Amino acid sequence: MRFVVCVKEVPESIVVKIDLTNNKIQDESISTTLNPFDQFILEEALKLKKDEDKVIAISIGTPQTKKILMKCLALGADKAILLSDNVFIGSDTFATAYTLSKVINKIGDFDIIFCGQQTVDGNTAQVGPELAAHLKIPQVTYVESISKFEGKKLFVKSQTDDGFKIVESQIPVLLAGIPPSSFTPSLPPLRNIIAAQNKPCIIWNFEDLGGPKDKYGSVGSLIQITKVYYPPPREKGIMIVEEPITAVEKLIELLTKDKVI
Amino acid sequence: MLGKAKELANELKQDICAVIIGSEIRKFCNVLSTFGANKIFIAEDDALKEYNTEIYTPILTRIILKHKPNILLFPATKIGRDLAPRVASTLKLGLAADCIKLTIQNGKLLMTRPVYGDNILADIICPNTRPQMATIRAKMMEKAEPKQNESAEVIKEPVNINVDSFKTIVKEKKKTSIPGVKSIDEADIIISGGRGVGSKETFKFIEELADVLNAAVGASRAAVEAGWKPKSCQVGQSGTTVSPKIYIACGISGTTQHLVGMKGSDVIIAINKDPEAPIFEVANYGIVGDLKEVVPLLTKALKEKKMGGYKIQ
Ligand SMILES: Cc1cc2nc3c(=O)[nH]c(=O)nc-3n(C[C@H](O)[C@H](O)[C@H](O)COP(=O)(O)OP(=O)(O)OC[C@H]3O[C@@H](n4cnc5c(N)ncnc54)[C@H](O)[C@@H]3O)c2cc1C
Ligand SMILES: Nc1ncnc2c1ncn2[C@@H]1O[C@H](COP(=O)(O)O)[C@@H](O)[C@H]1O
Repeated sequence: MRFVVCVKEVPESIVVKIDLTNNKIQDESISTTLNPFDQFILEEALKLKKDEDKVIAISIGTPQTKKILMKCLALGADKAILLSDNVFIGSDTFATAYTLSKVINKIGDFDIIFCGQQTVDGNTAQVGPELAAHLKIPQVTYVESISKFEGKKLFVKSQTDDGFKIVESQIPVLLAGIPPSSFTPSLPPLRNIIAAQNKPCIIWNFEDLGGPKDKYGSVGSLIQITKVYYPPPREKGIMIVEEPITAVEKLIELLTKDKVI
Repeated sequence: MLGKAKELANELKQDICAVIIGSEIRKFCNVLSTFGANKIFIAEDDALKEYNTEIYTPILTRIILKHKPNILLFPATKIGRDLAPRVASTLKLGLAADCIKLTIQNGKLLMTRPVYGDNILADIICPNTRPQMATIRAKMMEKAEPKQNESAEVIKEPVNINVDSFKTIVKEKKKTSIPGVKSIDEADIIISGGRGVGSKETFKFIEELADVLNAAVGASRAAVEAGWKPKSCQVGQSGTTVSPKIYIACGISGTTQHLVGMKGSDVIIAINKDPEAPIFEVANYGIVGDLKEVVPLLTKALKEKKMGGYKIQ
């Protein structure tokens, strides 16, 4: 079996600043990490992996994204592919999904594609389903666990708006994963971090993927960001530091005065 | 959603259409027309009872290609966020996720959505493809005024389903939300408890307060992890994003992952014994104190106030 896991480099903290000179998010100096949703689904893929199976981690990013892929290798992935080229800059989810589909088709045979449900920075949750549509394979999103895998059939538990469902799917399929509340990301032991150095981490650019250039990056994108800005600040709140009974009285008085209740 | 659609349609002088896919759905036509839909496209079949991406996508894409809408809105629920990108990518359309504001600018839809949690907003347009698509946080938009005696034109859409070709099947479905208990994504008031609540037993303080206010009960991830509340109650990055009129956070510290899920609430009230807790930075009203004392007192006071003839909005 061949499993492909799509991973993204994201800022460690989502409290970022806007560079007011060019209206872009200041992302050069911030420290980054593996998107936690992606780490979760990678760990699920690794749990499923048997000896003869291969797990390939792929990411579109900058040369420094290699750091994230090395972490995937240390966690247990067999091979990593980094897509890095100026042509890919400015991709919306449609162009990102298109690029990922080109990579996956170049890799060739695959059985399960794994994505995080969403990224902590963009938080669109769109790349997974859009990629599945490009690849013309079914998708299951909000996957919390893979309960059974036998032959060409997979059983997954996925969250719904009011609970959960168990879905049976044939492979190939794309699964977009969301960690259950009990999940804590593992830290790879030092031994594995060293061993990862000997695993293949390939870098591909636009020429390696081929195809019309205008399908990639900002040119291939269908939406356009016209402005980024800070939301209006919330009004400064009122703090009540009193004995409980007085505090409650005061709160109700304020809520009534402000017509909240 | 219809409220927002109506506003946009009026500005553009276009129709407001609704699409319903499912089984036994005709009963919804009435409400939809009361809330402003001029046309309703319905795709009805027993096989459509449970939502399944694989079945719903071809039905919806066919409706889009046939009726060529200018704007297409989905709720930013789990189903909406599963279906919208699949449809968008199939038809090669641009899509903006989880929007909190929609306006018309130079005849085009301007979509505003939060990125990096709710720390930054981005304005987005979809220059070349139609329909312009967005998933929206429905609670953020003003509800339409219902009008009685309005009747929409109901248009039946063909449904061709070949059950044998499905690659995915829903085997089992469970609601973890308890029937009759308000769910957090529809409530106007939410009372949430965090690790500070301390135990499943003490969560009853939160539930009693919710009861008086006719509110839903929410929880932080720590409280869900502890097994005090089901996952469907979790507010935040890996739970549900909510934006009720009133959000009361009890014993919740206010980590960024929690804040992104509730910062859009109109009024935030926080009860925490730590005056330095970050939740106070977003709270309109903050009480520094032990929730085990404050919450029951608040419940009692509100109960008395309610009996005194005041209305809790
Ligand atoms: C990828 C990822 C996704 C996540 N997603 C979510 C999410 O969706 N939602 C979410 O909530 N979290 C999420 N988290 C977890 C988040 O980082 C925090 O761990 C969690 O929100 C903490 O919950 P808490 O505020 O209840 O607990 P704590 O941070 O432990 O805070 C408890 C608070 O209660 C106060 N307190 C204690 N006792 C009392 C008392 N008697 N009276 C009054 N106050 C008291 C304390 O002062 C403290 O401020 C996520 C984390 C990660 C890494
Ligand atoms: N640049 C990227 N490279 C690889 N995978 C990505 C990239 N962007 C998004 N993804 C995948 O798509 C998922 C959803 O991302 P998003 O739609 O941006 O919220 C992520 O969790 C990743 O699995």
